[in-house]
Amino acid sequence: MTVRAWPIPLLLAAGIVAAQTSSAPTTKDKSVYAELAKAPRKAAARHNPLEHDPDAVAAGGKLFAEHCAECHGEMAEGGRKAPSLRADEVQRATPGALFWLLTNGVVRRGMPVWSKLPEPQRWQLVSFIKSLAPASQPKPNPMEKDQP
Amino acid sequence: MAPRLPVPQVLCFGITVVVLLFALPAQSQESPYIVTYDHYLEEPGSLEVEYFSTFGTPRTGNDFHAFWAELEYGATAWWTTEVYLDGQTTFDDSTLFTGFRWENRFRLLQREHFINPVLYIEYEQISGADKILKEVEGHDVEADYAVPNAVARKEHDHELETKLLLSKTFNGWNIAENTIATKNVTGPNPWEFGYAIGVSRPLALKASAQRCNFCPENFIAGIEMYGGLGDRHSFGLNNTSHYLAPVIAWNLPSDWTLRLSPGFGLNDNSHRFLLRWGVSREFSGFGAAVARLFGGRR
Repeated sequence: MTVRAWPIPLLLAAGIVAAQTSSAPTTKDKSVYAELAKAPRKAAARHNPLEHDPDAVAAGGKLFAEHCAECHGEMAEGGRKAPSLRADEVQRATPGALFWLLTNGVVRRGMPVWSKLPEPQRWQLVSFIKSLAPASQPKPNPMEKDQP
Repeated sequence: MAPRLPVPQVLCFGITVVVLLFALPAQSQESPYIVTYDHYLEEPGSLEVEYFSTFGTPRTGNDFHAFWAELEYGATAWWTTEVYLDGQTTFDDSTLFTGFRWENRFRLLQREHFINPVLYIEYEQISGADKILKEVEGHDVEADYAVPNAVARKEHDHELETKLLLSKTFNGWNIAENTIATKNVTGPNPWEFGYAIGVSRPLALKASAQRCNFCPENFIAGIEMYGGLGDRHSFGLNNTSHYLAPVIAWNLPSDWTLRLSPGFGLNDNSHRFLLRWGVSREFSGFGAAVARLFGGRR
């Protein structure tokens, strides 16, 4: 059969260009944190059921390295694609608000929805994020304990 | 005569794949479905390279092995684009390339809702010998696949395929339903319809604290069912084929995913048995790497 495939790479390239030129929040862009305030009151008031789980921070750290570090940075310090999670806005947010944001993403700004991770895993991520030192008072990353 | 496999090469390839599986860093969380789509798109800037096989045993006609490669790219958080290359081997017949597909999925709503819709639009340029059964629609029946390759390959189809993907994840369970409408734009063909539904769940909902290959949360099991619903002139189940297929995915910490699905034909119009398997790897940050290569800022 005759296959005219030349438009495919062209269209793919257009897709890649579109992705690269889409609006990407930077660490200094404080408006990215405004999404946290959009969490409904009921969602923001939810407590982390794994708050006292001794493994939650370590498991959350593992999940963070697997799914989040690519954009938010290995130490959650932020990068060109996604903001710092050590920022005061994040550290002051309630666990419920962080869980809500993880679940719903910020699709128009490039953060995918993470509801494909089961709820307990999202709460483990929240535990890890809340364990991070705020940017203003750096302290060792909890994940560093596991590293030689 | 059935094609003979070059055993040493296959062995070397298998060993290489296994070594790579355990050597590379990062992880993906892929669904186990092979036919059904949930509402999750590829992460922005990530490229997933996938290979799938379908081994089919028809009630009549020769067994076949259909295969396809996919390149799936997360263009944005709301748009995933994908290219497929299809081929097949029919035993006691021949092996041939059967065409390509270009698929796009668009997330329609910004946030998670009770049901999450995604619009799927695909252009296919395939021959009549295509057997990958990536979807079943219209009056696709087993007898269509019994035509010799030399004859079937002469049929050239240009198809526009649309799907409405509806999906919801609740308490770890994902439930997905796809409604399919396809139009073969080569000639005056009617719209054809089909469906796919799937349910799946990880074997464990909490992640373990250690990185591990065999942790239960790395396995997602489920079941999917798919089939045709006739066409615009004769909508319904008459003269259609349907399949029921358990599915399982193993998401390795090295960013590889393995999928396996034995499928069973539910009526005499369906193939008796389909064994599907697939292997995929996600490359996070592919878009940024390409941009850097061309002097981009990310």
